[in-house]
Amino acid sequence: MADGWRRRRLSHPPSVIRCRLRGELVSRSPIISVRGVVNRFGSQVVHDGVDLDVYAGEVLGIVGGSGSGKSVLLRTMLGLHRPNAGQVYVEEQDITTMPETELLKVKRRYGVTFQHGALFSSLTVAENVQLPIREYFAASPAALEQLTQLRLRMVGLPLDAAGKLPSQLSGGMVKRAALARALALDPTLLFLDEPTAGLDPISAAAFDDLILYLQRGLHLTVVMITHDLDTIVKTCDRVAVLVDRKIVVDTLDGIMRNDHPWIAECVHGPRARAVQTAGGSR
Amino acid sequence: MLLEPETTADALVLRLRGVWRIDNIAAIEAVLGGLELEGHARVRIDCSAIEALDLSAVWLLQRRIEQAQANGADVEFVGRVPEHFAFIREIVERGAEGAPSQPAPRTLTDFVVWVGRMSVLQIQQARRALIFLGRTVITALGALRSLHRLRLASITRHVYETGIQAIPIVALIAFLISVIVAYLGAQQLRQFGAEIFTVDLVAIAVLRELGVLLTAIIVAGRSGSAFAAEIGVMRLNDEIDALQSMGIDHFETLVLPRMIGLVIALPLLTIVADFMGLAGGALLSALLLDISLSQFIPRVQDALAPTTFWAGLIKAPVFAVVIAMVGCYRGLQVRSSSRELGRLTTVAVVQSIFLVIFVDAVFAVVFVELDF
Repeated sequence: MADGWRRRRLSHPPSVIRCRLRGELVSRSPIISVRGVVNRFGSQVVHDGVDLDVYAGEVLGIVGGSGSGKSVLLRTMLGLHRPNAGQVYVEEQDITTMPETELLKVKRRYGVTFQHGALFSSLTVAENVQLPIREYFAASPAALEQLTQLRLRMVGLPLDAAGKLPSQLSGGMVKRAALARALALDPTLLFLDEPTAGLDPISAAAFDDLILYLQRGLHLTVVMITHDLDTIVKTCDRVAVLVDRKIVVDTLDGIMRNDHPWIAECVHGPRARAVQTAGGSR
Repeated sequence: MLLEPETTADALVLRLRGVWRIDNIAAIEAVLGGLELEGHARVRIDCSAIEALDLSAVWLLQRRIEQAQANGADVEFVGRVPEHFAFIREIVERGAEGAPSQPAPRTLTDFVVWVGRMSVLQIQQARRALIFLGRTVITALGALRSLHRLRLASITRHVYETGIQAIPIVALIAFLISVIVAYLGAQQLRQFGAEIFTVDLVAIAVLRELGVLLTAIIVAGRSGSAFAAEIGVMRLNDEIDALQSMGIDHFETLVLPRMIGLVIALPLLTIVADFMGLAGGALLSALLLDISLSQFIPRVQDALAPTTFWAGLIKAPVFAVVIAMVGCYRGLQVRSSSRELGRLTTVAVVQSIFLVIFVDAVFAVVFVELDF
């Protein structure tokens, strides 16, 4: 079993690249490698041989049209969905063939926020944040209280939000509370599904800043699905575009020069121009 | 071993080592709790031997250090300070609004306030229920004037779902209950040699009370909850707001068809239950009392007054209105959370069953007074 994945691993050696991250030239090996993933639902092929590497400490944006399989790809990387073919390596371990108990251990190192927050509606914000900690560790109530406070401070929520139910929060606060819960176990990997969808521009910009701030402070690796061009310009080191059941990964500049019709329309269309002329530079 | 204290001439040196991560949170808490920083003039903390560190552990440590500093201890780091501490300081400096909410201690005034609040709430509830009833009646009167506003397709669907689909379970339960009643009756009446009255007992009990009451209770459980859940989910999805924004009255489209559908379905179900109840009685009489079907039927005809069957059936539409109203009313009360949905669905079932039994009791008294 273990030899199996090692052999397969060798046939696809990790592509060590030299990439510009935060201005410094560094060599990194990928923390997540997606190799030849195929996802089919009935006769509909969503992914047909998708390769993707996520490097430690980067912010990777996944972009694509509606129905292009962004969420499916994210779920595949999270181990929530087994692909029809292909492998997903998280730190050199193939999670697609991993037994369920091993997979749970890997999942514990992820923080995930879902598109609509997915906060448990019958629990308060504090209980939502504490749930994973309670589940795994025997922390005393006092420590739980302290850790909750830290998470709330980290995501910039007022401390009196702790006692509120998700239904009493505004959209922006729900996103922040979801982020606080995602950070509950001090993950090194953060997956965000449309973090700024449904937020007003000012809240969205504040949320982008928050993600960057936490990413730098905690040295997180962030993979996010987003439709928001502002978010991509501001936060992403590299962009992965899902087109024609394949993936194109490049830096934002590279994507801008790509001449695929959908990508060109996406980054040079009227909406994109508005963002660029508004001075989205990094 | 997370910590190695060492007392030198002028200071207490704490060497942190091992894994300071949330995985170890219980051990970290224990170590920090057992730490005696106070009483030393100078405390030096050395983090160079730490294997792994995360923000949670640093936060707890930082909190402990601040506490010691507040008590007058002089705490300093020696060697390289992990950058986590700087990040924590940054987070704290950014500040957070609001204080963590503390549950206030309960006093006698709280109790009085609670009683007052509950009373007002109850009055408001009663008022809202009355408004709901009034609006339904008005909508119904308005809708009766035109066939289009009655929404026959919708009514048909509800007759099918609440009536036809419920036939198997209603039939089975009515049959079993009448078998039980007949069995008990036969045993008791045998002591007086009056077994033949078992037939009277079963016929009257099933037709007057049991048939309609059991049917209503089953339907309250089946359809009352379905009404509340369906309408509640529509409420959560803003579908009712969407209807209203199109100028479509949700009483007319959602409440009325359910009510009319149930008013049609429940009496029909009651007839099924009556029939199956009598069948159960007949079967048991044949098996237990040697009363054949040809004796059973004339005996039932003798036992029943002309009004007995109607005394049962007349209650069915009233029960139907009660069940439909409670289900729809509770469904419409759902606001914004899925917990509400579950709670109100439960409330709908419990309340409609209670009201059905209550109304049945009122009917019993009225019928006795009227000699019906």
